[in-house]
Amino acid sequence: MLIDWFTVGAQVINFLVLVWLLKRFLYRPILDAIDAREQRIAAELADADAKRAEAKQERETFQQKNQAFDEQRATLLAEATDAAKAERQRLLDEARQAADALRDKRQEALRQEAEQLNQALSSRTQREVFAIARKTLTDLAGASLEERLVAVFIERLRTMDGEAHALFAEALKANSDPVRVRSAFELPPAQRERIQAALNGTFETEVSVQFDAGPDLVGGIELTANGQRIGWSIQDYLGSLEQSVTELLSGS
Amino acid sequence: MRLSPDEIIFWEYGLIKLNATIVFTWALMLVLVVGSLLVTRKLSRDLTRSRWQNLLEILVTGIEKQIAEVGLSDVRTYLGFLGTLFLFVASASLATIIPGYEPPTGSLSTTTALALCVLVAVPFFGIADQGLGGYLKSYMEPTFMMLPFNIISEVSRTLALAVRLFGNMMSGAMIIAILLTITPFLFPILMTALGLLTGMVQAYIFSILAAVYIAAATQTRKPKPAAKP
Repeated sequence: MLIDWFTVGAQVINFLVLVWLLKRFLYRPILDAIDAREQRIAAELADADAKRAEAKQERETFQQKNQAFDEQRATLLAEATDAAKAERQRLLDEARQAADALRDKRQEALRQEAEQLNQALSSRTQREVFAIARKTLTDLAGASLEERLVAVFIERLRTMDGEAHALFAEALKANSDPVRVRSAFELPPAQRERIQAALNGTFETEVSVQFDAGPDLVGGIELTANGQRIGWSIQDYLGSLEQSVTELLSGS
Repeated sequence: MRLSPDEIIFWEYGLIKLNATIVFTWALMLVLVVGSLLVTRKLSRDLTRSRWQNLLEILVTGIEKQIAEVGLSDVRTYLGFLGTLFLFVASASLATIIPGYEPPTGSLSTTTALALCVLVAVPFFGIADQGLGGYLKSYMEPTFMMLPFNIISEVSRTLALAVRLFGNMMSGAMIIAILLTITPFLFPILMTALGLLTGMVQAYIFSILAAVYIAAATQTRKPKPAAKP
């Protein structure tokens, strides 16, 4: 008999025990491990997806910020450039104005200097001319400058034309005030007497004379009476000298 | 000439006897349980895992896939029963490379026991799935006239399961035994290799047929899953 029924029963029990043991020790732990791993992989994939989405969003945010920053920087740069241009223009104008003012000041100073020089020159020339004339006259004719001046003055009085003579005579009659004889220097008494005599002789009357000395009358002598005036002065010579010197200076 | 390891009896007391079939079955059970215990004791749930765990995972997921291809929907309910059938029969034939070993599946008692388990498991799963009435009704499909034929088919296919496995395993062991007496060296090795192949095929056939029977008992009223011929 090939079938031993006791063995059949024992094998059935053996098999059922084996089924239970393998379920307990093989299938369940293995399947649990596989499920856990699958869940973990799924979770990691989901996590990776979430992270990717987050990273994408972050990148977009960053790009937007970057763009905004670029725009802002360009605006600021343009503003700064404009401000620098305006400032440059302002500084240039200021410098130009300062240079203009300085130039004007210098021109004014030069002009004043030239004027002072002119004045100094003319007064110096005057003194020199008098000194030369005095010395020349003394050397050559033994006469003083004052004498010669008075002589010239008297000569002019005598050779005065009729119309001037009439005007002077009229003035002397109308006015009771003394006529003024002004000279650049104090006249000695002898000369005063000569002038008095010449005036008396010329107008045929007793003329009261007041002698004045003033440096403003440039190197000469003059008679004024009621707006009428007669005299001689070195002024004319000095004028022509000054003109020639000025021509010389401007030409150099 | 002995045809079955049942005939090798180590110890006997009245009806109770300890023959080679039972002893080798125990040995196989011990190896299977201790082996899986050792591997699953330190199971890794991370992405890296040991080679032995990898082997067991391939084995378990492979069995799962085969069962799913038969058309059973709730695979994990049947995995314990069908997977153990396959693992027991496969390891029984795989162990034939060990000298002095007699496969317990070479005993008609063992194969009968396994076939009886299938015989009981089919209505068990069928009733659990459809209820008692629904299951009993399936015996009268398409008409009540088919009831006796359905019962005969149930018994005959159980007998066929038992005898097919027994015949194959017994013949393999027998051929090797005979050849060893005639040509002692090379030829028995080739036949052992062939025996290993037929053992694997038989393990596959046995468990797949059990799966098909269970599927037939549970899926009668349910729509067939798509793309599963």
